[in-house]
Amino acid sequence: MATNQDAEATVMSDDASASLPPMGFKVIVKEFAKDKLALASLILMVAILVTVYVVALLLDQDVVTTVSLFDSYLPPMSMSTDPFFEGTQYLLGTDSAGRDVFGLLIIGARNSLSIGLAVTVITSILGVLIGILAAYYAGLVDNIIMRIIDFIMILPQLMIIIIFVTLVPNYGVAAFILIMSAFLWVGQARFIRGRALTVGKLDFISASKTMGTPTLLIILREMMPNISSLIIVNLTLNFAGNIGLETGLSFLGFGLPPNVPSLGSLVSTAQNPDVLGNKGWVWLPASILILVLVLCINYVGRALQRAADSKQRLG
Amino acid sequence: MWKTIFRRLLLMIPQIIILSILIFIIAEFMPGDPFTGMIDPNIDPAQLDAMRERFGLNDPLPVKYIRWVGNALQGDFGRSFNYKTSVVNVIGDRLGNTVRLSLLSTVLTYMIGLPLGILSGRYNDSILDKSVIIYNFVSFAVPTFVLALLMVYIFGFNLGWFPSRGSIDVSAVTFWERTWSRMYHLILPSITTAVLGTVSIIQYLRTEIIDAKVSDYVKTARSKGVPINKVYTKHIFRNASLPIASGFGYTIVNLLTGSIFIEQIFSYSGMGKLFLDSINTRDYSVIFVLVLLYGILGLIGTLLSDLILMAVDPRIRID
Repeated sequence: MATNQDAEATVMSDDASASLPPMGFKVIVKEFAKDKLALASLILMVAILVTVYVVALLLDQDVVTTVSLFDSYLPPMSMSTDPFFEGTQYLLGTDSAGRDVFGLLIIGARNSLSIGLAVTVITSILGVLIGILAAYYAGLVDNIIMRIIDFIMILPQLMIIIIFVTLVPNYGVAAFILIMSAFLWVGQARFIRGRALTVGKLDFISASKTMGTPTLLIILREMMPNISSLIIVNLTLNFAGNIGLETGLSFLGFGLPPNVPSLGSLVSTAQNPDVLGNKGWVWLPASILILVLVLCINYVGRALQRAADSKQRLG
Repeated sequence: MWKTIFRRLLLMIPQIIILSILIFIIAEFMPGDPFTGMIDPNIDPAQLDAMRERFGLNDPLPVKYIRWVGNALQGDFGRSFNYKTSVVNVIGDRLGNTVRLSLLSTVLTYMIGLPLGILSGRYNDSILDKSVIIYNFVSFAVPTFVLALLMVYIFGFNLGWFPSRGSIDVSAVTFWERTWSRMYHLILPSITTAVLGTVSIIQYLRTEIIDAKVSDYVKTARSKGVPINKVYTKHIFRNASLPIASGFGYTIVNLLTGSIFIEQIFSYSGMGKLFLDSINTRDYSVIFVLVLLYGILGLIGTLLSDLILMAVDPRIRID
């Protein structure tokens, strides 16, 4: 598989060295000032993040997830018919168990965002570390690491993640994050290694090596800053991708445990044809929220990507 | 060429063995066994133990693995406890559906991706190009299951143009009715898959064509009087399509794996849905073979991509 990569590199060789110049904060500001849509996405993204986290603080998860069968499938804006919840109005209606869809939506979004973030951070740290080490040491180390990565890449990852999810005893949020991270770091490592290889061959790195700079310093202070813009871009794009994967797995029923609300499990209520056709308020808001979030984060990522590459800059 | 293929095929064998051992170990750790579902007060636990013993479920792991490999080499991949028939039959029943879905999806992916990529590369910065870029961005970002659900909701439920569930109508009896019904059930899921699958095709074609426009060989062709349309069809497209051609193997594999979401949402009874059903019923002999099959398909896809790249681009030597 390395052979294939090399082949790709030969074909796309003028692409590899394109995105290296350092990225100052000014470049990003200019890029967003030029691209109004990116600015709008950024504002919308931040607005959603703030709303979700602040409102989730005000909500009591136990109250939101309390089952009240009197209130099953109430349409939006209706009042509770359960004497226990007297006087509560359901902004977005209720689901089959009479839970407030608005509350589930907010808490689910918070969970999905937090998990997406956690997986992104873990996989990025692992990926950057392993990718840079492989590129720095090259030769045998690089070969061994790449063989392992190639092997994990050909595994049917989605299936194996699902198997692990059903297999782990006392499965919880932490286990889910670790399982996802265990398979997703490889793509990152491969990407970072590819870019770090070009940096590692530059003269100033060789000069540093000759001068006897410790390896750790070369990696942290010389190689890392040179690919930092790529790491940031990668973080954003992966964040969006991981949110998509988490909600997807929760949708299939192999994501978050059933008692933890997630955007994906809200959407999965639509697998019931009656809910899909006639009770859109249960699953549509969650689907739209996922769409908006993923599109915004990706668009911001694209703007950062352009800012990182002087050839593509608009501003 | 043949030597390379042979060598690569040989290299696949250890990979397949490692993969199968890995999955075999994982399968062993799966909670419960096929008889867990039969536990009820009327069944004597001793009877269950006897059944476990009879099916060899109590043997040590290496013994079970070697027995499995021995049987597999003779074409016996074990029995599904849920469907009460051999795993080969269970998967064989679903294979056709998934292959049909993947084939139609692949054809549609290229039918959408190639023209859009070529047009947006040729007329870059036009309104068409800008729309294609937006489409490409959206299809990259949107999670499969959200789009698939919205498609079912809009086209299957509200407009009623396509069936929203299943792979064939029960009322279809004659050959032609059955074929038509199958096709009709395929349309919506394959369009959904295709719409999302065009990302890399459009991306590569567009950038390659834009780069090729200013390259020397195009200038040469133009200055010796080759008409512009011919330059595009004969010269630029041939060069720009190299990465697309080599991506073909990956595309097929991606389609097969992506079918898990699509098949689940459209209740399309293919291998992806079979996998999820088997996970839920702990039918691990089926799970095991399915994962192995997808793993092998992944290997073949990579090999196929390398071979295509080698065939279309004589500059590249892969050994």
